[in-house]
Amino acid sequence: MGAMPTLHHAREPLSIIQRLLSINWLMVLIIICIASVGFSLLYSVAGGKWDPWAERQMIRFFGSLAIMILIALTNIRIWMALSYPAWLIGLVFLIAVEIAGTIGMGGQRWLDIGVMRIQPSEFMKIAVVMALARYFHGRDYYQSRKLSSLILPFILITLPFLLVLRQPDLGTSLMIVAGAVAVIFMAGLPAWLFVFAGTVSAIGAVSLWPFLPSYQKGRVLTFINPEADPLGAGYQITQSKIALGSGGLSGKGFLEGTQSQLNFLPEMKTDFIFTVLAEEFGLMGAVGLLLMYFIVLTYGLLVGIGCRSQFGRLLASGLAVTLFLYVLINVGMVMGLLPVVGVPLPLVSYGGSAMLTWMVAFGLILSVAVHRQIVLAPKGSGLG
Amino acid sequence: MAREGLRYQTFSRRALLMAGVQGAALTALGGRLYYLAVVEGEKYRLRADRNRISLRLIAPERGLILDRYGRQLAKNRQDFRVFLIPEQAIDVDATLIKLGYIVHLNERRLRRVQRQIKRQRKFVPVTVAQRLDWKTFSRVNVSLPYLPGVVPESGLSRFYPAGGALAHIVGYLGSPREQDIGENPLYQLPGFKVGRQGLESAFEDDLRGFAGRRQVEVNSVGREVRELPPRQEASNGKNIQLTLDLALQKFAAEQMGEAAAASVVMDVRSGELLALSSTPSYDPNDFIGGMSQENWQSLINDPRKPLLNKCVSGQFPPGSTIKPFVALAALEQGVLTPETQFYCNGTHKLGNHTFHCWQRRGHGMQTMTSAIANSCDVYFYRLAERLDIDQIADMGRRFGLGTSYDIGVDGQKSGLMPDRAWKRDVLNEPWHGGETLNTAIGQGAVLATPLQLVVMMARLATGRLVRPKLVFNESELAGQDANFPTIGLNPLSLQTVQRGMEMVMEPGGTAHNYARRKSAQKLAGKTGTAQVRRITTEERAAGVFKNEDLPWNRRDHALFVGYAPADTPRMAVSVLVQHGGGGSAVAAPIGRKLMDKAAQLLDSPPKSVVEGDGMDNSSDSFSNPRILKGQV
Repeated sequence: MGAMPTLHHAREPLSIIQRLLSINWLMVLIIICIASVGFSLLYSVAGGKWDPWAERQMIRFFGSLAIMILIALTNIRIWMALSYPAWLIGLVFLIAVEIAGTIGMGGQRWLDIGVMRIQPSEFMKIAVVMALARYFHGRDYYQSRKLSSLILPFILITLPFLLVLRQPDLGTSLMIVAGAVAVIFMAGLPAWLFVFAGTVSAIGAVSLWPFLPSYQKGRVLTFINPEADPLGAGYQITQSKIALGSGGLSGKGFLEGTQSQLNFLPEMKTDFIFTVLAEEFGLMGAVGLLLMYFIVLTYGLLVGIGCRSQFGRLLASGLAVTLFLYVLINVGMVMGLLPVVGVPLPLVSYGGSAMLTWMVAFGLILSVAVHRQIVLAPKGSGLG
Repeated sequence: MAREGLRYQTFSRRALLMAGVQGAALTALGGRLYYLAVVEGEKYRLRADRNRISLRLIAPERGLILDRYGRQLAKNRQDFRVFLIPEQAIDVDATLIKLGYIVHLNERRLRRVQRQIKRQRKFVPVTVAQRLDWKTFSRVNVSLPYLPGVVPESGLSRFYPAGGALAHIVGYLGSPREQDIGENPLYQLPGFKVGRQGLESAFEDDLRGFAGRRQVEVNSVGREVRELPPRQEASNGKNIQLTLDLALQKFAAEQMGEAAAASVVMDVRSGELLALSSTPSYDPNDFIGGMSQENWQSLINDPRKPLLNKCVSGQFPPGSTIKPFVALAALEQGVLTPETQFYCNGTHKLGNHTFHCWQRRGHGMQTMTSAIANSCDVYFYRLAERLDIDQIADMGRRFGLGTSYDIGVDGQKSGLMPDRAWKRDVLNEPWHGGETLNTAIGQGAVLATPLQLVVMMARLATGRLVRPKLVFNESELAGQDANFPTIGLNPLSLQTVQRGMEMVMEPGGTAHNYARRKSAQKLAGKTGTAQVRRITTEERAAGVFKNEDLPWNRRDHALFVGYAPADTPRMAVSVLVQHGGGGSAVAAPIGRKLMDKAAQLLDSPPKSVVEGDGMDNSSDSFSNPRILKGQV
């Protein structure tokens, strides 16, 4: 991944052709592969039919793929200039959801804007990373190490966090915080701070326990001992583990998963889609998907390392870490390693907003890669 | 740019650290997956199979109950039913209302169906209507496109073609009781019925058969997806064949009509019961489809007790019908000879108590045979004075009183043959001489069932220890002489008593006037009129009330026992009409007709039987004929 020297001497402005050539098409291919895994699983979950999920997911994906390429081709200066506005728009949407959102999936998450229903919390996880990257881009090494550098990031993180938590969507709100903390960490704040913060939040989690809604308490308790109530709260995890385990090394075969085809699995097209993969394609299929994720997110980190601007570094690595966190939490959850929190598997789980969001994120990472040589001014728009 | 360098250094160090963490975490996930799928894979594969494979039972076809000629008394009839699968109905209530127009659902049934739908899981079919006729069923089928979720089905349900004629014997089916559900997995099948009364209940284990088994793949809500081999078919229940003759059974019920009555006809050589009829009856088919509250109330509130099998469960004072064996007790004890004469003036005094003959004027000079023929009470008072109650009771028991028989029907009562030990142990009182006199004419504490009376008669007729039989064992032929052991009485004594019973049917005998229509066979019998109330001295002085002037439940029981042909006994009969009045007038004519009809039917067994409703294949209707041509 380190070998990206072809445009070493190129300075802006790059031509469209140059930019197209400098897109890492191997990554694009891997992304298509990951999404294709999703299509086939949605096809399988529907009992061997394109309708109703696989087809729509494909349309969304290829639409999003075009947007991803467009984003990758767009000058990184524009993305930097749009960082704060993006965050602000995201915040406005979250507030709009709070006021006018329609009820869906047990909480207010959707905003109906006529043509489509969007999930602002999904976009916010990118916007927060962008805003933080923008902020730390303007702080040099010493400034970054000051605690006062945490004031604005605190606001940038807390407002969306609280709004998403209120929806209520604990999973996404925690992912926003976790992604943001990763950006701050890589931005160079002192390491002891993270140890301290980790300790504090552990204590905080314990003391907040009595105030959690009962369904979240139930999830955690079920996580600790799923077998205690195999037909009730532990049902999802128990059935999920049966599916994962019974798939064996090479799986039961496409469309042959008994746990999935006979509906024993919960939420198969969204949060638990990984279990369908493991049941029908076995350990090999599941590890294959994890490997593709690993390649993509390592690429994201390497893009960060290879970028000349701090904005680009933090943006690419921050998005990569967010992707990693989603994969980790989702897969950990279906294996019974983590409590059940509603976190979909990127590009594979059924869902339009999430699909678009991840494609935007990959677009940004690719844009950073394309424009890695561009040096951005510490302050201002950098467009001048 | 030193600052930039430091910043970059920190970033790349930490970014690489993140990459390391990510690699480690994903490796951990892969390791966990390896553990689940490979190390513990076998365990989870078994659990996945346990999830999806479900063992389903196949209900066996219930055995038939047949009469002695193979006519079906209980069969399995094609039944047209309509189910509703709630999850397939778009609007359950609207569908029910539409369906209700076709199958005529009343308000109550509709509510019951709706309650059941709420209770059950949504894919479990709910029975909306059953026992539909073909026309209604066709209309449902035609309307199916407008009735999503409605499933018409034809299955088997129990049907009793003879209706009330055999209700008390055959019984009926019902749902298994709550506490028995665990006993047999079949009981959990929806709509599975078990015997609740009569032979259906007593022979439940034979009739039920054994469940078949099949494996099916089910989805998470338990709906069947497909069947997996192997399949083990059910083994159907065994048929049971009764000794009864359906035609005679129906005939008996017709003769008794609406009266609270019972009659039993027995083949005395084989002990086979040819008819065992109790009236009024009920239609056992009403119990299969679920009985209405009004219907049930009228059954249990009827003073004539339609649900009771009076032949085996009704205990009545036998009245004069026991006089023959009382006479035999006296002859056996040698306290008198067949020629001993007593004079009857209508009363007999014992101490300061006066015992009355039914004939106020008295019978004049009586021998044993004439005393039996005209049922003289005074003769038997005088006879009983010479006997101890225990001697009478011993003889009674030899003739089958006070015992019950294992004929397969439940609720059999053993009656009561009182003696000193009984009075001492049960009533804690000594026996009084006057009670012996009362017992000798079949009054007082003595009680018998119509079945016991027919056994008594069969033993009197044959001098053998005849035992009744209702159900054939496997591969047993009908009408076989059972060669019962002899009762061990002096043949001369027996002949005297039998002669007395022949005289009952002859001019001057109590049954002659009422049963005199010419019979093809020579009959013998004994009438009985059992008093159920005490006649006070004042009433006697003013004139005993006639039965017609008394309320129904204070009237006398009318009884008749008999056998035929008198010289070579072939059948015995007992008839009881509860509160029917005099035995001669009410019971004896029925008894005679039964004996004549039984003879006629035994002489010409049916060649084949064609069932009326045509729903089943009629070859079944005459299965297992045990009566071969020329037999009996």
